Amino acid sequence: MPLNEELQPSAPAKLAVEHVSKEFQTGRGGVKALEDISLSISEGEFVCLVGPSGCGKSTLLSIIAGLEEPDSGQILADGKRITEPGRDRMVMFQEAALFPWLDVTGNVMFGLKLKPNLTNAERHEVARFYIKLVGLERFASSNIHELSGGMKQRVALARALAPNPRVLLMDEPFAALDALTREQLYGDIQRIWEARKKTIIFVTHNVREAACLGNRVILFSPHPGRIRQEFKINLDRPRDINSVELAGYSTEITRALKGYIVAEAAE
Amino acid sequence: MNRTLIAIRRLITSILFFAALVFLWHVLVQRGTWSPLLLPDPSAVWAYLVGAIKDGTLLQACGVTMRRLLIGYGISIVIGIPLGLLTARFRVFADTIGVLALGLQTLPSVCWVPLTLLWFGQTEFAMLFVVIMGSLWSMVIATDNGIRNVPPIFSRAARTMGAKPIFTLVFVMLPASLPFIVSGMKQGWAFAWRSLMAAEIYVTILTGFGLGQLLDNGRSLSAMDQVIGIMIVIIVIGLLADKILFSPWERFLHHRWGTGRS
Repeated sequence: MPLNEELQPSAPAKLAVEHVSKEFQTGRGGVKALEDISLSISEGEFVCLVGPSGCGKSTLLSIIAGLEEPDSGQILADGKRITEPGRDRMVMFQEAALFPWLDVTGNVMFGLKLKPNLTNAERHEVARFYIKLVGLERFASSNIHELSGGMKQRVALARALAPNPRVLLMDEPFAALDALTREQLYGDIQRIWEARKKTIIFVTHNVREAACLGNRVILFSPHPGRIRQEFKINLDRPRDINSVELAGYSTEITRALKGYIVAEAAE
Repeated sequence: MNRTLIAIRRLITSILFFAALVFLWHVLVQRGTWSPLLLPDPSAVWAYLVGAIKDGTLLQACGVTMRRLLIGYGISIVIGIPLGLLTARFRVFADTIGVLALGLQTLPSVCWVPLTLLWFGQTEFAMLFVVIMGSLWSMVIATDNGIRNVPPIFSRAARTMGAKPIFTLVFVMLPASLPFIVSGMKQGWAFAWRSLMAAEIYVTILTGFGLGQLLDNGRSLSAMDQVIGIMIVIIVIGLLADKILFSPWERFLHHRWGTGRS
């Protein structure tokens, strides 16, 4: 039955970022958002990109999503060059970007409408599955404006998961939420990552959040956007954001981050 | 239960208000402030309306007017929304049709009447033309405005889900600009209505006798009961159109978007 197949997690993809550079034109000349970035991410890895604003981490995510093109260099997903957006790489934005004219189910189904080989009943079934996965089955027919910020991001997560992507790209998805809601979502996203076997790239400026979620934390610095350092986080899951070991990691990363900012100011 | 009670109370308030208005009118006429030739008593207007309904002239005129209005307005919507999409998406259209729409929008549609008469003569098409010129441009501008106000994140999100430009336009941009389009449609309707009345008052044509013509006819006969009666009919039709055509849309928008309505 195709529905059962559809609900099986698809195999996660590996990504290779090769010498990617990107410059933006502003009123006062060009700004180097990314300079010669290379990075490889293996199948099913949870990678966090951290850095202060302007370090190009969100730009890199947009390029991986295929929403923007690099000036030079390339990104390969399973060896295939990324040139445009694709359902194998779904994005979650900082604002939930849900469509207010659709209800929760309608939003989750939106990406499925563009997927061939599914009947409408199957699309409904798939949507219901993911709405349940994010714990919103009671709100399946709610309007978007009736939901809290955290619930909106859950819907956005379900919408991103529904087309069964191999990579999930998350651009500071929890930045606008309150701390308590965020903590719940840390638990959820780790649970879903383990259950659904996605490669996740998670952009944040919150070091502690990065240490809590990532297998690996990649530290960026701005002007121009560059990768400075990598940290492997060897902690068991599910991780608690308030644990002492985690605090150790985040202290280490923060110290490194401050070092680069001070070094840059001195230059 | 509570809701219907509130609805009934609101209805009663409205009815009382209008009853008071009619009563005030009646008192003024009785006191002889104005000559009954200029301001007839409400009962005279009522008598005219009943008579006109009975002999069929009023309903026929309503039919003729509504037909012109709906056809002209329909054409405006069918042309206006796609034109608005084009002006919002392509600079060439914005710099040409967009500017034209903005310019013609400021032209009161009654100004079209002389030209229309010369071009098309005293025909049904002349009527339609004035209606279309009255309402088309506000449809174009409202759609254009709506599309331009859609947050860019919506189309980005749609692109990541595999939406191609045409799909995004129809299933994201258009519904996202619905609040603008509906208010544009409402404005377009008001303009169409005004244009048609201007056209009907100015142009006597043989193919159909509309409300405007009935009104003008009343003026030439110095039958103020007829003039005021027709004015009331025009107001009532306007109110009904608002309730029947637009209220359901607006309710849907409030429900889904969670906007307005305190």
